Amino acid sequence: MESPLIEFKDVTKRFGDRSVLERVNLQIYEGQVTTIIGLSGSGKSVLLKHIIGLLKPDEGTILFKGKPLSEMKKSESAAKLAQISYMFQDNALFDSMTVYENIALPLRETTNLSKAEIGSRVMARIEQTELEDAAHKYPSELSGGMQKRAALARALVTDPRIVLFDEPTSGQDPVRKNAILGMIAQYQRKFGFTAILVSHEIPDVYFISNRILALYDRSIVFQGSPEELENFDHPFKDEVIRSLEGLQNELTGLYSKRQFKVMHHVQLTQTTNGATYCVAVFSLDDLDIIRTSAGYDVAQVAIRSLGIYIDKHFGAIGGFSTRRRSNEFVTVLPYSDLTEAESILKDFVKDFQEQGIHDVWTGARKQTSSAGCVEFTVLAGIAQGLPAADIDSVIDSAKSQQKEIARLRCDERR
Amino acid sequence: MALDADSQNGKAGWQVGRLLTGPFAVIGRAAIRWVDNLGASAIFLLLAFLKILRSKQLIKIVQQVYYIGARSTMIILLVSFFTGMVLGLQSYHALVKFGAQGALGTLVALTLVRELGPVLTAIMIAARAGSAITAEIGIQRISEQIDALDTMRIDPLRYLISPRITASIISFPLLTALFDIVGIIGGYVSSVLLLGANASTYVYRVQTSMDLKDITDGLIKAIVFAVIVSTVCCYQGYFTHMRTDSHGAKAVGLSTTSAVVLSCVLILVSDYVVTSLLI
Repeated sequence: MESPLIEFKDVTKRFGDRSVLERVNLQIYEGQVTTIIGLSGSGKSVLLKHIIGLLKPDEGTILFKGKPLSEMKKSESAAKLAQISYMFQDNALFDSMTVYENIALPLRETTNLSKAEIGSRVMARIEQTELEDAAHKYPSELSGGMQKRAALARALVTDPRIVLFDEPTSGQDPVRKNAILGMIAQYQRKFGFTAILVSHEIPDVYFISNRILALYDRSIVFQGSPEELENFDHPFKDEVIRSLEGLQNELTGLYSKRQFKVMHHVQLTQTTNGATYCVAVFSLDDLDIIRTSAGYDVAQVAIRSLGIYIDKHFGAIGGFSTRRRSNEFVTVLPYSDLTEAESILKDFVKDFQEQGIHDVWTGARKQTSSAGCVEFTVLAGIAQGLPAADIDSVIDSAKSQQKEIARLRCDERR
Repeated sequence: MALDADSQNGKAGWQVGRLLTGPFAVIGRAAIRWVDNLGASAIFLLLAFLKILRSKQLIKIVQQVYYIGARSTMIILLVSFFTGMVLGLQSYHALVKFGAQGALGTLVALTLVRELGPVLTAIMIAARAGSAITAEIGIQRISEQIDALDTMRIDPLRYLISPRITASIISFPLLTALFDIVGIIGGYVSSVLLLGANASTYVYRVQTSMDLKDITDGLIKAIVFAVIVSTVCCYQGYFTHMRTDSHGAKAVGLSTTSAVVLSCVLILVSDYVVTSLLI
């Protein structure tokens, strides 16, 4: 079994008489996106600060690549720290420095790079985080979202192997929230760093996380994949997840996964024996290409527009939809068989090719002034399910049937 | 029952004992806290001092000399000129009673160079730049900017503290020298130009009554005050988050007040100590 990159063994932390972490045990694996979820004030940031060494445990051991931090020599600690970046909840930008100077600071102070090399690296990050216009402004002159992106750019400018994100999306609107998460996911795939997030954004963080750690009542009560969390039976689920997860997805307005399952269950209980239903799975392909060429906000607005279009079309005929992954939607068509569903999908494809795809892109392109050229494809697949069948297997079956239903060509945008 | 009585007697005895030792305990705790802070400040200063010669420090030191030194010039000019004028005025009226107005230059020059120059310069810089240093570092502490430096592998003592202490050591003697010169000119304006004392005698007395030791002693004091003011102000800002009496912006305010008050008190106390050692 793979050995963890970071491991907590019975870590306890107290501030005065108040215990914040109590015998916490957890493992974080290399190259994954791990998200720590929990209510406000539950000690998530405290846990994160232990990883980077800003706080020391009162009891227990923290191991980095199998070696206890407390036994590390100064040089080993420095080498460990050199691999880690930290993005603070309140950004911790230097308010007397411009955005450019803030991002350049770690390179200026900890490397011997030339001024030109530092300049090119900083400008690359500034462009990637769409902060070109704000490069020479002070943090106090920026919106909350732009400050967040500046902090993100500073955290990534040293090309770290491990990045700790403390509430990276707090205070952002749904589009920006998903854009930041998308950015983290894309950078994580591109650079292969280990990302550790502290977040409240349920279910949005599930779309980008490999592992979820649930902090509840001062201890880690769950470690596993987002899918495993769905089957986790614990008071944490009622008290924390259900309080944080709304009935509708913030970005698209579609039902949350949980609400979607409730709707499906209700529909099944009302179904007469033998009645079937169909599931359609839609995907916006080439999402990373849209993000790279047109920006993260554009990609999120395109996803939102697609979700709204699907909901509008199928909602009118009794269907209900949810967002399953960052670029994937699932629609249930109750009381329908495959023939009916194919006919409904055919109508949708016709409408979508004629109007929908242009509407999706028109909404998205308003987010950018870039003159770049973007192509993207929408896929759809359909499958029939019986009441006895597990909906996840029907969704997987629909996904395996996916084929291209619409493509926006480059010249369409001009 | 006997046990209860014993227990009650014991409790009463303990309360009486506590009443008697209570005031000493309070004094003791305050003394321990004071010694604790003194030791921590000394270590803080030592660590910051050791990082002065690290790479990439020169530009930061120059910037701090500008903020602490150059930008204090105007206030030093004003204060020193009027201090010199008041000194000339008071001394003239006092000396004229004994017909000793010839000693005016000596009195003004020695008072300024030996005492008022270093002390008032240090107090003025503590009020102007010292308070700004504490507030700036305190805000950086409470807004996690200092933690951010740690996470970026930038040593906060090297990056924030060392340049300020070095810049103070450079700026204080220079501003003290400026204070002395402008103060002597102020004394000349009030006593010679306004009250009609003899100009040649004033200048001659200033020249002949001062020797090099007076000047170097004044500059040594300025360096001692620089170390005290910069350490106290940086320390108060750096450990703003450790205050037990307040948090956040209020803690920054209290740290700034403490820094200025403590600096002024320590300037006067150390002035006596240094003078008694140098004299």
